Amino acid sequence: MNKFSSSINRVFRFYYDGFRNMSWWGRRVWIIILIKLFVIFLILKLFFFQDFLSGHHSSDDQKSEYVLDQLINSK
Amino acid sequence: MFENIDLSLVDWSRAQFALTAIYHWLFVPLTLGLSFIIAIMESLYVKTGKEEWKRITRFWMTLFGINFAIGVATGIILEFEFGTNWSNYSWFVGDIFGAPLAIEGILAFFLESTFVAVMFFGWNKVSNKFHLISTWLVAIGANLSALWILVANGWMQNPVGMIFNPDTARNEMVSFWEVLFNDVAVIKFLHTISSGFLVASMFVLGISSWYLLQKREMILAKKSILIAGIFGLLSSLLVAYTGDNSARTLAVAQPMKFASFEALYEGKQNAGLVAIGILKKSDRKIGEKAVNDFAFRVEIPGFLSVMTKGDKNAFVPGVYDLLNGNPSQGILSITEKIERGKKARDLLVEFKAAKKNNEIQKAEGISGMFRDKKFIDNYFRYFGYAFLQKPEDAVPGVKISFYSFHFMVVLGFYFILVFAMALYFLYNGTLVVKKWFLWIALGSILLPYIAGELGWVLAEMGRQPWIIQDLMPVSAAVSNISTGSVITTFILFAILFTVLLIAEVSIMIRQIKLGPKH
Repeated sequence: MNKFSSSINRVFRFYYDGFRNMSWWGRRVWIIILIKLFVIFLILKLFFFQDFLSGHHSSDDQKSEYVLDQLINSK
Repeated sequence: MFENIDLSLVDWSRAQFALTAIYHWLFVPLTLGLSFIIAIMESLYVKTGKEEWKRITRFWMTLFGINFAIGVATGIILEFEFGTNWSNYSWFVGDIFGAPLAIEGILAFFLESTFVAVMFFGWNKVSNKFHLISTWLVAIGANLSALWILVANGWMQNPVGMIFNPDTARNEMVSFWEVLFNDVAVIKFLHTISSGFLVASMFVLGISSWYLLQKREMILAKKSILIAGIFGLLSSLLVAYTGDNSARTLAVAQPMKFASFEALYEGKQNAGLVAIGILKKSDRKIGEKAVNDFAFRVEIPGFLSVMTKGDKNAFVPGVYDLLNGNPSQGILSITEKIERGKKARDLLVEFKAAKKNNEIQKAEGISGMFRDKKFIDNYFRYFGYAFLQKPEDAVPGVKISFYSFHFMVVLGFYFILVFAMALYFLYNGTLVVKKWFLWIALGSILLPYIAGELGWVLAEMGRQPWIIQDLMPVSAAVSNISTGSVITTFILFAILFTVLLIAEVSIMIRQIKLGPKH
């Protein structure tokens, strides 16, 4: 158990020190990454990119039925 | 149903996907190639123990890190679009995309959270050998990540290894290996990653040339040019080789695309390859589309036949042969394919009616037909043609295919020349004084990006009208959502990606100006 927690601690220190001693460009790109992920997952995904089939049909059977209709009712 | 989906929705959805894919592809190729260049440089550091190589490695690693960080997750947006804008398609492809994309996601996660961290945080904390292994694993992992995406794309260009299940309206994978080793996917993967190596090599060559022009960081610049020159020359030769193989594969899997990018309307034996050509509109028409004649062309006689089948007497079908059929060459007309596609669709109608009327045996019998090889080869493989309104809908834009292909090929030969010259001037010690060449190298940084984007334009525009070759046209794949919402997100993406690109370029330029000391 001690060996395990020591390993976890070492991994934590590795990342902690890495982030603490980051260069100018490292800090800049991390800010950009966080803003980008916020925009992609919390704005675009939540408000603009809901799954169309899941939004209109609750089960896989209904989704299959809908797509089958789309495939056979085309002109 | 589809008559309710207006054309502008399809066009805007396509435009949005093109925008995001093109921007995404501005970030990816540099990551694919620069990761290997860094790994080679670091290998030299570990082997020789010379601090100069460590300094060089760390400098290029900084630029790699900026590009990697800005580009990361930009591909996720494409997956969002599948679910929202292309729901019919997403459902229809079934688990074919699920498996490769899941592997890609897991690989990318482990790669990014572990080995990239070791690359950047691990200097002086882990052993040199472990650090080097991490760098190589990032390079291999990033390229393997591309493999899974390209396997999925290869399947769209040449759908294999699956059976359509009418009960779920989905394709189900029956052979993972057939999907993975699909001829189109394998050659596409090799062609794409080697084009990424080329992008990175030109990037290193161009920036190093700038240092030489500025008369600073001379050792770094020369050593970097040596690595980029060798890697770039080998990559550009590999791009040419895989491009040639890719054309051979397309001649079989997507003959209409092949005929279009050569603007070959009438098929023939001893067909020549157009080395350079300018198209003009002719009086002839295919439906409402004008046929393009050549205003000017330089042709290599017989080479197209040799390129496709290794025999100058081989027949290469043209657009008219593929459109109207050519019984002597065993080519079906599009009208015939439409009829066969409609038979497959009619069977789906019968299947649905049987299910609705609780005729279980009949429904199972029809379902079994979709697993029957004879039915698949003769009817279901033309399923998508049932959606076409008229035969000429199966002809892609010849002009855009032709120019994309030929500009890409010309650029490909230019890259071979530039890398060969860089190595030659470096070898005879005149590189520093050849200022004209250093300016050319600097000015060439963007050209491999343009060539790569042209390659994608050719791959995706040349296969129109298909989203899945012969099985599903783009118009049948789109979700019935409002055009306004697609336009809104198109604008949002355009802003987001442009901001990211400006951020990347400005941070990179700052770091390049600072040089390796910082």
